[in-house]
Amino acid sequence: MGSSSSSLNNVPDGQQLMQETGFSAAHLLRLYERFKFLDKDNRGHLRSEDFEAVPELSENPIGDRIVGAFFLPGQETVDFSSFVRVLAHFRPTEKNRTRAGAQPDPANSRNRKLKFAFRLYDQDRDGKISRIELLQVLREMLGMQVTEEQLQSIADRAIQEADLDKDDAISFDEFRKSLEKVNIDHKMSIRFLE
Amino acid sequence: MDRFALAAIWTKNGVICMTFLLFLCCTTGICEPNEPTPTDSTNLETAILLPDDPEDPQAYPEEEKVSNLPVFTMDYTRIQIPFEFTLWILLASFSKIGFHVYQKITIWIPESCLLIGIGLIVGGIMHSVKEEPPAVLTSNVFFLYMLPPIVLDSGYFMPTRPFFENVGTVVWYAVVGTLWNSIGIGLSLFAICQFEVFDLQNINLQENLLFATIISAVDPVAALNVFDDVGVNEQIHIVIFGEGLFNDAVTVVLYSMFAFLADMPAIDSVDVFLGVARFFVVGVGGVLLGLLFGFVAAFTSRFTNKVREIEPLFVFMYSYLAYLVAELFAISSIMAIITCAITMKYYVEENVSQRSCTTIRHVVKMLATVSETLIFFFLGVVTITTEHEWNWAYILFTLLFAFLWRGLGILVLTQIVNPFRTIQFTVKDQFGLAYGGLRGAICFALAFTLGENINRKNLFVTASIALILFTVFVQGISIRPIVEYIKIRRTNKDLNTINVEIHTRTMEHLICGVEDLCGQWGHYYWKDKFKKFNDRILRRILLRDTRSESSIVSLYKKLELQNAIELLDTTMGDISAAPSVVSLQDELMEASRPKKKFLTGDIRKMHDILSKNMYKIRQRTTAFRGKNTLQDNNHAREILMRRHASIRRSLHGQSFREQPVQNVSKSLKYYSLQPGGNLDSAFPLRRRSRGIPEEDHLQTFGASPRSSSRSLIPMTTLKTIKEQGSSGAPSSPSVHPLEPSSGEHHLDEGFSGQSLRGRKAPVATPRRRSSNRDDEDEDNGFSENQAAGAEQPPPPQGWVPEVRDPGANEAGNPLLRQSAHGSQRSWRT
Repeated sequence: MGSSSSSLNNVPDGQQLMQETGFSAAHLLRLYERFKFLDKDNRGHLRSEDFEAVPELSENPIGDRIVGAFFLPGQETVDFSSFVRVLAHFRPTEKNRTRAGAQPDPANSRNRKLKFAFRLYDQDRDGKISRIELLQVLREMLGMQVTEEQLQSIADRAIQEADLDKDDAISFDEFRKSLEKVNIDHKMSIRFLE
Repeated sequence: MDRFALAAIWTKNGVICMTFLLFLCCTTGICEPNEPTPTDSTNLETAILLPDDPEDPQAYPEEEKVSNLPVFTMDYTRIQIPFEFTLWILLASFSKIGFHVYQKITIWIPESCLLIGIGLIVGGIMHSVKEEPPAVLTSNVFFLYMLPPIVLDSGYFMPTRPFFENVGTVVWYAVVGTLWNSIGIGLSLFAICQFEVFDLQNINLQENLLFATIISAVDPVAALNVFDDVGVNEQIHIVIFGEGLFNDAVTVVLYSMFAFLADMPAIDSVDVFLGVARFFVVGVGGVLLGLLFGFVAAFTSRFTNKVREIEPLFVFMYSYLAYLVAELFAISSIMAIITCAITMKYYVEENVSQRSCTTIRHVVKMLATVSETLIFFFLGVVTITTEHEWNWAYILFTLLFAFLWRGLGILVLTQIVNPFRTIQFTVKDQFGLAYGGLRGAICFALAFTLGENINRKNLFVTASIALILFTVFVQGISIRPIVEYIKIRRTNKDLNTINVEIHTRTMEHLICGVEDLCGQWGHYYWKDKFKKFNDRILRRILLRDTRSESSIVSLYKKLELQNAIELLDTTMGDISAAPSVVSLQDELMEASRPKKKFLTGDIRKMHDILSKNMYKIRQRTTAFRGKNTLQDNNHAREILMRRHASIRRSLHGQSFREQPVQNVSKSLKYYSLQPGGNLDSAFPLRRRSRGIPEEDHLQTFGASPRSSSRSLIPMTTLKTIKEQGSSGAPSSPSVHPLEPSSGEHHLDEGFSGQSLRGRKAPVATPRRRSSNRDDEDEDNGFSENQAAGAEQPPPPQGWVPEVRDPGANEAGNPLLRQSAHGSQRSWRT
């Protein structure tokens, strides 16, 4: 751990990323190793094919959405900074400690985590989860188990439960409200290895 | 007024209790000279037989003396044992009732304290009357009869998801924590014993360690009794729960090891290694045995669909077998039975009928409650009546060290384990964990079973009782205010919405994906792997119907079903055959109850209109309630229809409804008079006999709902009356589901989540689901069978929703898509 700062120099924008995302040097290093592993052709950035090469991810029902979340709108490649920035959402929230120079709204705050999850549903970025979008996610997750009518009913019920302003879609606030009792930090955190 | 009533009940209960006490004391006193007090349950049978023999020879000579036939005889000794047993249980249960009369008591004082208190009182009475308590609290009785139900209950209702997420922590605390406690307390007490002043010289190290093992085991029963009331957060709950259950493995090993060693003058280092090896045998062996029995039980339940009545038996027998076999090999029986219960539950609940499922849950709870009550009760009784040896120093230091070492242990262990946890334990949590380490009956029973070769056995017994009483009373009572004061995170109940379920699942997939991306193996990786294994292999073997169902779908079905059942429940209050899922969800029901008032009118309206169709649902629910599933249900149906009629007649109908009520009731009666009649023939008959006026009534009937502001979906009423003859029975079953749904739709005010605009309500499913699987045959019979009289009202004289789409109807019950099998499964999420 002591000498990691020197090898951190290999990591592009290492110091800045550390500050921005709150990852420790060891974490960053490991993520960089992983990045390089995924980047088979040594391009310095990842394309969607590289993501799809991860076997379990392709089996994941919402795998393509997850992959899509890494790519900024309009971009076709993911460089290391974006990679890390996205992964920063999944750090466990620290309650008591505040790092020097920590961002006012760190990536792993509850709000940001929820926003990330929200964007998984809301592919067209209009700020609402419409019925159709919800149906798509449900279809991906429930797949072969249910009929179309069942899906519709479930989606109906979900929207009815959450939709407070009756616009037949779930806005981010409604989304957040419906999850207010859930321990998001627990559900959306990964313990990153060092 | 309330206070008087309360006081009256309280004193009445008190009177009953006192009467029982006196009766018990008297009977034990009277029968004392007649036969030896049973020392062991194994003696029970011989004891029961005993009275017979002395009786017979006496009877003969007596006959010679008394020439007349005795009109009234009494033979108490014959029934003594079961009788006293029952009385004790009743007494304990009465006290339980009594506690709840005064709500405030149970808030501040946990039930375990109250039970021990009552036990103390009874013990005091018995002692003053110089009676021996029934020697039931022997080791065998406790470990073989009283403990298994409690542990089975804990295992069966263990929340598996949080448990498996925390399994590492739980095992860590259980194993290492108990070891730490035992050795720490043992060594400290040994150090104390060295002081001559305390007169404890003759307790050697092994005995101290043995004693320390006994008292270091945290007892889940007592702790959870307290924690459940307080409602601490899930993490603490599951850790204490798990710890209390799993430290049995360690306790068993240490206990046998130290007991063995206590005989020996010196400890061999080999023995320590053997001890460690033994620990693994005990722990892992228990788990494996439990798994084995669990799978066998699950497999058996696959084939029990023809013998529904004895299905619950398998659950109990297999888990008890697991326990006993583990006891046979002296491996951890508690772990065996818990593992068995956890494994079994998942598969068995999918295989058995709904009724069996309810029965199992109910009986498990009942047995556990009885057992627990008795244990605490006897603890109190025996406290007074055993021989005690009191040694101030030893006992005080025991209390001190127990407290100290537990606190230290939790602190140190948490520091080590926290970095590995996603949700870390705060200092407050740790305090809760440490303070919640109550000791209970296991500790006491273990002390009681100490061999006689331990020379200070009475001291140990006294010390352990003192510790138990201290922890249960002092810590148990004070933990609630302390928890509230320091604001430990409380639990979030009520997370039962579809949204939460969906989003949680999405997040799980997300985390799984990100973990894969990062190349890490986290929790979800293993969960996923297990799920795949489960789906591919285990479910195929162990389940009868292997279609798996996402938790989202299950939850959705469950919620819809609850709403539907609530709806039905409001109308027919006396036929409230709500399935277990609903009855176990009492909070939901309670919450919706106040809404019933303003819904009754609508519901009654719906009820009137849908009378003939609704009673098909009624039939189902009645059959569900029937005593014997294999009985012919026509009888029940007939009665139901008549009752249906009479009930509705007794409803305060509004004016325009009274005639239809009578009409319908007459027609119902008419139906029941024609059990063998063909439906089509029956119906035209009725119409012909009543003629047009009935049609008019029916028409107005149809019209009124439409005009009423809170009406159901506007119906195409009149036309279909004429279509009557042609439209046959077959489409009716599909129509029925729609009716209740439409009713539901407009009763939206009361229910929050009912967008059944698709008329494809799964409300039909209550009809299906509430039926026992045995009624499946009826299901099939329904479409065709017209001989069983009045089963098949044709599409009700036009109360058909506008979109009358027979094609969609069949497919349109999304949850009827599957067979009854499939729909049945969904309750038990």
